[in-house]
Amino acid sequence: MKPEASPAAANTHETKVPFWRDSEKRSIVIQIVALIIVTGVSYYLFTNTQANLARQSIATGFGFLEKEASFEIGESLITYSAADSYAKALLVGALNTLKVAFIGIILTTIIGTLIGIARLSSNWLLSKLAATFIEVMQNIPVLLQLFFWYAIFYESFPSPRQALNPIKGVFLCNRGFIFAVPEAHSAHTVMGWLFVLALIVGWFINRWGHKRQNLTGQPFPAGRITVAAAILLPAFAWLAYGAPTAMDMPALRGFNFQGGVTISPEFAALLLGLVLYTSAFVAEIVRAGIQSIGRGQIEAAMAIALKPSKVLQLVILPQALRVIIPPLTSQMLNLTKNSSLAIAIGYADFVAVANTTINQTGQAIEGVALIMVVYLFFSLSTSIFMNWYNKRMALVER
Amino acid sequence: MNETPTKREYLLPPKTNVGVIGWLKTNLFSNWHNSLLTFLLVALLAWLLPPLIRWAFIDSLWNSSAEACRNIDGACWSVIPNNLRFIILGFFPEGEEWRPIVAMLLLLGLVIYSKERSRWRKSLGWLWLANIIVMGSLMHGGVFGLSVVETSQWSGLPLTLLLSFFGMIVAYPFGILLALGRRSNMPTIKTMCVTYIEMIRGVPLISMLFMSSIMFPLFLPEGVTIDKVLRALIAIILFTAAYIAEVVRGGLQAMPRGQYEAADSLGLNYSQTMRLIILPQALKIVIPPSVGILLSVFKDTSLVVIIALFDVLKTTMVTLSNPEWGRYSTESYIFLALLYFCFCYAMSSYSRKLEKELDTGY
Amino acid sequence: MKLTKSIVFALSLGLILVSFAHAGKDLDTVKDKGFIQTGVNGSVFGFGMPDEKGNWAGLDVDTARAVAAAIFGDASKVKFTPLSAQQRFTALQSGEIDILTRNATRTLSRETQLGLNFVTVNYYDGQGFMIAKDAGITSAKQLDGATVCVLPGTTTEQNAADFFRTNKMKWKPVVIESTAELAKTFFAGRCDVLTSDASQLAGARAKAANRDDYVILPEIISKEPLAPAVRHGDDQFRDIVDFSVLAMINAEELGITSKNVDEMLKSTNPAIKRFLGVSAGNGKALGLDEKWAYNIIKQVGNYGEVFEKNVGINTTLGIERGLNALWTNGGLMYSPPFK
Repeated sequence: MKPEASPAAANTHETKVPFWRDSEKRSIVIQIVALIIVTGVSYYLFTNTQANLARQSIATGFGFLEKEASFEIGESLITYSAADSYAKALLVGALNTLKVAFIGIILTTIIGTLIGIARLSSNWLLSKLAATFIEVMQNIPVLLQLFFWYAIFYESFPSPRQALNPIKGVFLCNRGFIFAVPEAHSAHTVMGWLFVLALIVGWFINRWGHKRQNLTGQPFPAGRITVAAAILLPAFAWLAYGAPTAMDMPALRGFNFQGGVTISPEFAALLLGLVLYTSAFVAEIVRAGIQSIGRGQIEAAMAIALKPSKVLQLVILPQALRVIIPPLTSQMLNLTKNSSLAIAIGYADFVAVANTTINQTGQAIEGVALIMVVYLFFSLSTSIFMNWYNKRMALVER
Repeated sequence: MNETPTKREYLLPPKTNVGVIGWLKTNLFSNWHNSLLTFLLVALLAWLLPPLIRWAFIDSLWNSSAEACRNIDGACWSVIPNNLRFIILGFFPEGEEWRPIVAMLLLLGLVIYSKERSRWRKSLGWLWLANIIVMGSLMHGGVFGLSVVETSQWSGLPLTLLLSFFGMIVAYPFGILLALGRRSNMPTIKTMCVTYIEMIRGVPLISMLFMSSIMFPLFLPEGVTIDKVLRALIAIILFTAAYIAEVVRGGLQAMPRGQYEAADSLGLNYSQTMRLIILPQALKIVIPPSVGILLSVFKDTSLVVIIALFDVLKTTMVTLSNPEWGRYSTESYIFLALLYFCFCYAMSSYSRKLEKELDTGY
Repeated sequence: MKLTKSIVFALSLGLILVSFAHAGKDLDTVKDKGFIQTGVNGSVFGFGMPDEKGNWAGLDVDTARAVAAAIFGDASKVKFTPLSAQQRFTALQSGEIDILTRNATRTLSRETQLGLNFVTVNYYDGQGFMIAKDAGITSAKQLDGATVCVLPGTTTEQNAADFFRTNKMKWKPVVIESTAELAKTFFAGRCDVLTSDASQLAGARAKAANRDDYVILPEIISKEPLAPAVRHGDDQFRDIVDFSVLAMINAEELGITSKNVDEMLKSTNPAIKRFLGVSAGNGKALGLDEKWAYNIIKQVGNYGEVFEKNVGINTTLGIERGLNALWTNGGLMYSPPFK
């Protein structure tokens, strides 16, 4: 104990503050009581659950994950059949969720930004259309929108036999959007790696270029070099492998198209619904972000003779992003969480697969717990990434 | 200078800069790419709108039988008037329809009454409480000679409103407590609140609804059951409270330190400080975002469809299960979208108006 | 304070809605409540669905009404809880509902692992396939590569997977939670085939713009005995539910309908006399009023009447009796003697 504290302590002792008036002790008591209540309630619910499970002889534990799922899943990023285990089925669902969330987030950012800028356009018609879009999308439940888009997708496109065929190898019908892709070839792997390599090297060149510019004032066209490398390196590899041009052409065989890549109506409707709904919110965020920048900033940037593109890149964006990113993060999370509505229109996301699992095994607690854990994982990792990015952006401030 | 009328006319701006032409010039054709954009947009609208109008208004039937609808190309809006009673009121017993309608009108009236900021006094709180009791008695019955209507028969629009408004009202105090807990300097309380808030915000509402519909029954001791509607309501309350907590926390953080210090120097204790100084100011700031939460709760209640509660979306879908009307889902969904839009648009524009009003005072 | 008051108010309102059932005999609970709470589907036309006025109708609904008529002498003393496939068994286990009449298939695992007792089957169903006529398909074995619309999380989904696996055929499922949406999707051409219980296929076909454009394939790939279920633990209640279903079948065997039941009271046939409670005994044995079977037939009707009213050949569903005819007409409906 510090020496100067002792007279005060002695003083306290003298006046005998009752413990409920001593904020320190009181806070300890409150915390203990709160802890006891929370533990007590949890324990009560836990014992009830245990008793109920035992009484109704419902199986518990995650043993079911090993069992054969014996249901088929419409679309999957990995090979899956009804003979695989529940664990694998759930993995397929999780990957499907990630797929729609990942593509959705990218598209939402792009479309939302465009609409946000359109909202600020000097063109009255464009601005009003953007405003109408934002209001309509924001004020109708996303579930209703999903039902609506899905109905549009399967009702207005023709059957596979009358599929629209705008260009060779591309088909549009009520089974989805089917298009040709290059046939698998060993060159593709090499091209992919070279592309990644070009990006990594480009990143280092960019850093070096910045350093050099800071030291000598000489700019270095790092961006252009990176883009060129990212295109040319894979192209050379492709030529080196004899320029394989074989395509995996979709063709109508039996009931459906075989070959090529199919984007199912369920996926398309879910993606469209989520992207349009969320981009309306993103548009408002972007608009607010851009409007938050004082006119003087832009005028000052112009006064020092920056090109309009540089004004955007160096003055507007860095500041606007700081306002935009935190709410944007929560919209991205909303999109990921809303993707759970896939169950209503038949896209096999994680919740849909878990729901089927719950129905078949009767193990509701494990199923719901899995759903929660998986979404918590998605949410937390997204917010960690966005927080990291946000911090990086915030560093621009001096 | 002689002020002749001709001279004055000379001073007017060129005709192309004022009136309709001027407006068009500045807003639609200010430069070449703006003009191009305008033309493209007009072309797009000209391509989209006529068939849409034709479908919705010209070739459509508004009040006919299902058979008459089979032979038309346009929209069959008849599905709405023919099923309106079920879509809006669901299972509410026949002959008692006036009760939910009166209850909904009461709610609407009260909401409109509460819009004016000058009416935000303590008496308004009592008015709300009294109104909730009246609405509850109207819906549930059992008093004043009204027959009892089980909650399982509450459906359609009243259920949607109940889940969203009542959910919001109950969740609010809970949310405030969570926000205070999160800002507390007691580590245990803070940890519990942070865990709760972040956990709930990390999971989708649908998982909470699943929990309410299939896990809650297992949590309770044998023989005790909670009504399905109430279970969903609890899930919505638990979910909403976490979001409210974050909004309220924003308000609390916006309070300058001086406010706390001033309260301390007056010798106010924690609950007095919060009740008399901090919360009244903080809650005022967070009203617009709270309306935003109400808006999203209102939209999110549509998710109870997935756990087979008969909200207004589910009653519409059940109507569509009837072979007679099953093919007119687009029309039904558009009707429902309009219904939601009216409610939500009113709320969101109100929230924005309020934001502007409160902003100037700060 | 306002906050505290509103919390207290909310809690007390909540308490009204929480019901504390008696732990113990289900029958006593039901009698004390004065009504039966039954779980129904809510969106299957002909089995359990509200009409445009919000009144429940369907074969399953009438089955529940029959139980109410037996216990209370009043077929209207029944309340309906619409349940999703996912909730139905939990709702029964937790006591939220007293009986489950929601086209549930009786299976060994459900009977044993879920703590349920299924009673007499009130509809024999089987899973089939429906396809557009112009596809030129005549057998389910020709469905290789097809896209199939199926309801998720039911035995249907598993049966379909098993069928395609055993026949070494490829398929793509399209799974949608709501029956209505699923049928709509199928008719719009999203899938080549719709698979479901045959009764539901009939319901779906009734929704088609032109029902003759679709055929139901001859293969029935599963047995789906749909039966009401009760919880384990109260055998008397189980017996009552069981014999309420059987009473409707027995009445049809004996030729008693809701129209002639009053005349039948004067019948000299000892079987009819026993059945309608003219000669006492049956009611007492079940712990019910002697008039219990009379009430069922008078207020709800016999099995044939209920079938024809809800799903029969003259309804929109237009289902033939088939397996659900009396055993004397080549069906499976068979009642033990009521003595």
